[in-house]
Amino acid sequence: MPLFDRKDKSRYNVFTRRTLIAGGGMAAVFATLAGRLYQLQIVEGQTFMTRAEDNRVNQRLLAPLRGLILDRFGVALADNRRNYRVLIVKEQASEGVETALENLSRIITLSPEDRERVLRQIRDNRAFVPVTVIENLNWEAFSSINLHLPYLPGIVPDVGETRSYPFGAEMSHIIGYVGAVTEADIKRDPNPLLSLPGFRIGKRGIEKQFDPEIRGSAGTDRVEVNAYGRVIRELSRDPGIPGDNVYLTIDSQVQDVLTRALGDQSAASVVMDVETGDVLALASTPGYDPNLFNVGISETQWRALTTNDHDPLLNKAIAGVYPPGSTFKPSVALGGIEAGFGDLQVFCTGSLRLGDHVFHCWKHSGHGLMTVTTALQQSCDVFFYTMAMKLGIDGIDASTHALGLGQPTGIELPGERAGLIPSPTWKRSVLGRPWEEGETLVTGIGQGYVLATPVQLCTLAARIASGRAVVPRLTRYIGQTPQPHTPAPRLPFSPEAFKLVREGMRMAVNVPGGTAYARRITKPGFEMAGKTGTAQVLRITMAERAAGETRTNGLPWKYRDHALFISFAPVEAPRYACAVVIEHGGPLEPLQVQVAHEALLFTQERDPARLPPAKPATVADLRRTYALK
Amino acid sequence: MIARPYATARRTLSLSDKLMEINWGLVMLITVIACVGFAMMYSVAGGHLSPWAGKQMVRFVAGLVIMVAIACVDIRTWMEWAYPAYALALLLLVATTVVGKVGGLGAQRWIALGPVELQPSELMKISLVLALARYLHGLGVEEVSSPTKLAIPLAMIGVPVVLVLMQPNLGTATIIGLNGVSLLFLAGLSWWWILPALGGAIASVPIAWRFLHPYQKQRILTFLNPARDALGAGWNISQAEIALGSGGLLGKGFLHGTQSRLNFLPEKQTDFIWTVIGEEFGLIGCIALLVLFAVVIGYGVRIAMSSRSQFGRLLAIGVTLNFFFYIMINASMVMGLIPVVGIPMPLISYGGTAMLSVMVGFGLLLSVHVHRQVEIPRGSGSIL
Repeated sequence: MPLFDRKDKSRYNVFTRRTLIAGGGMAAVFATLAGRLYQLQIVEGQTFMTRAEDNRVNQRLLAPLRGLILDRFGVALADNRRNYRVLIVKEQASEGVETALENLSRIITLSPEDRERVLRQIRDNRAFVPVTVIENLNWEAFSSINLHLPYLPGIVPDVGETRSYPFGAEMSHIIGYVGAVTEADIKRDPNPLLSLPGFRIGKRGIEKQFDPEIRGSAGTDRVEVNAYGRVIRELSRDPGIPGDNVYLTIDSQVQDVLTRALGDQSAASVVMDVETGDVLALASTPGYDPNLFNVGISETQWRALTTNDHDPLLNKAIAGVYPPGSTFKPSVALGGIEAGFGDLQVFCTGSLRLGDHVFHCWKHSGHGLMTVTTALQQSCDVFFYTMAMKLGIDGIDASTHALGLGQPTGIELPGERAGLIPSPTWKRSVLGRPWEEGETLVTGIGQGYVLATPVQLCTLAARIASGRAVVPRLTRYIGQTPQPHTPAPRLPFSPEAFKLVREGMRMAVNVPGGTAYARRITKPGFEMAGKTGTAQVLRITMAERAAGETRTNGLPWKYRDHALFISFAPVEAPRYACAVVIEHGGPLEPLQVQVAHEALLFTQERDPARLPPAKPATVADLRRTYALK
Repeated sequence: MIARPYATARRTLSLSDKLMEINWGLVMLITVIACVGFAMMYSVAGGHLSPWAGKQMVRFVAGLVIMVAIACVDIRTWMEWAYPAYALALLLLVATTVVGKVGGLGAQRWIALGPVELQPSELMKISLVLALARYLHGLGVEEVSSPTKLAIPLAMIGVPVVLVLMQPNLGTATIIGLNGVSLLFLAGLSWWWILPALGGAIASVPIAWRFLHPYQKQRILTFLNPARDALGAGWNISQAEIALGSGGLLGKGFLHGTQSRLNFLPEKQTDFIWTVIGEEFGLIGCIALLVLFAVVIGYGVRIAMSSRSQFGRLLAIGVTLNFFFYIMINASMVMGLIPVVGIPMPLISYGGTAMLSVMVGFGLLLSVHVHRQVEIPRGSGSIL
């Protein structure tokens, strides 16, 4: 043992005691540290592990490839096109972003707005975030940029996918278009895909109706990011499931002929297979270019579309409602014959008196003695006033509802309207007034409250032609799944009734004196049957009538009558039906008959119903297609 | 003239005797701990020796040489140099506040001496231990508590603490203050001084608050409620806790710490290196390191107890406590137990000055061990 002097001994003892106390203190501190470690790493370990993982892993959604929309023979109506675009990455632009843009503008034109937007986005983002400079470049410009790439530091060429509509305006009202997602869309559909920058969803037409199917399922890209958000590496990638292709019943060639026939009129027309209900063409003119909405429509273009009095944004074939006029008469005739008035004969003097009111025939001088068939041929109003009176409003309602009017046809497009077949109950509940007998008469010639859409009129024609309750359908397959389709049941009218009505419609087109005789199809075996119609836009006042005014041709376009026509062909064994409505078409120039003539002649010659339709792509086909891309 | 009252060595040792006497077990232990540090620096650099691990290894080897050299110098020489070293450190501290180079965070902590940048506060930590040990060596137990004798060591502690606080460097000032006061305690300061002082310290907290710099207040507020500023000042501490906590029991494995590798951890190679250990080696790794530290401290305490001179005892325990305070403050800070102060983990964190000061400390500790049989008579309590 070391020797201490006494004083040092006492110091040593104190030191030893105090050191033990200090040692205890240190041990306590270490125990606290170990306890804290236990708390952080064991008790809360799982929480912190999750938080570390959240820190590290960034899950990004990948937009799936949108399904195609194809016509009945596989022609693409909505396609995915390569979108050649140019991005800029600030940290790679060794000579600065502005120099890079300057150099780029020697190859392609860059608007001052584009430059300003790029500079703003560069400012708002971190240096490694790519910013889109320009999109939808053509191949020449894109390859030229690629060629000059060594002299363009920071410029990154990129290929994306964008929607393309090769048929443009012609198919616009069927296909619709895709557009940028709005706040309201996100509120309606919580799918996180919608929040992806640049994501497009269906806004109208088939694109909207089948958007969930066409959209597909999002893929995910799990990436590891560092504290600054820079991607370090990809952990896993799931490309998602491409959207379903939609196979339509439309024949793009019939659609083309029909659209051309309508020309620049404000009009709508539908061509349908009377046996299956397949809609072969559905046109509403004028249309619009759906590609504009995808790439971004300009203010001027938008104003031009919305202020056009021909209403290019409205699909008149399903959402335009018109008084059917005389095209309503065949359904009244059918109901009347079924009710036992098939042998009704009426002598037309040009007008019919009912109480205080005089109801006029369009032919002032009168048609003379009329039967059902001649009344349909010459569209005698007085005959149908009489028929309507005998049948009664309830009878008219029953037969026209059976033929598909007054309710939506259920065609697979958004925004279809129901039209209207008035009834006493309807009038009382909506207008609050009782039904008057005169209104039954007016209804009998398709005027008054009656309203129908072109697609309803075509369905009506198809039902008369086939005798079956055919329903229009626009889609054959969604992806691999066939659309439900049951054979149409027979309608509750006798074959004799149908025969008489069809005969009247045949005579209206093919017998001299018929209202559509001038534009009949003369090619043997291809003849059509039909019924013209005129719908008043302005009521002809008594004063005008007194002044001999019955036609409204002298009026401005907006106030002229609508011209209508329903038809089917061939007369024997009908296969195709067509309805045409030309807004303010006027009655003198039977253009509407000409449209049906061209459409039905072409359709019969081509005969799409008998051509083998395209089969939906199998999974293997799809895999091949996407592997190629 | 310096009086040499302690010239009566019991025996003199040759250089080879001294080398034989060095506690090589302790040296091994220090090396093992330093190697843990190199491994972590290698890991946070993404599996590279540069920029940190390689440089730190060189520094450590240099530190080892210095340590052994210091260990071989006679303890009485150190006693002789205690006051001059303290005077020099004080001078440099004053100089730092006057001409010091503005370092990171706008604090004046560094001074350039030719090519070498020096942190005088680090030098002060060692010098204060030396000077206090020398001063207290001359006092009997009963003298320590006399007000007149106590005034001098309190001034020796207080002046550098205030100077370092002015830099401002709260962490180092705390360590210097704690270190000095604990030496007084170990030298036998009466409880009649200690208990009222503790009470007074607690009572003065609200007053001290007013003298804190805005960034220090910010740190304390953030500490009390990290969610208050989750993306600003709270970011460091919450990311450090995530790193540590996510290590779990066994850790994510060497080189697999995501928090450090992906830069979520701030200052990961210096002050926050402890969290990297926690993330990659888990609770097991952290506890193992704490055990290694505890063994080093145990060695220090044993060396202190075995010294035959009060100077040696106080020097050894002072150096050991200094080491301990570093660990305590650093670990508490990164684990969110105390506010963030810039104190590195000794032997593990990257940094030259800190490594040097720790190695000098261990050199002195070893010197006490080598010269544990040297008796030094109590001289007068005068400063010079």
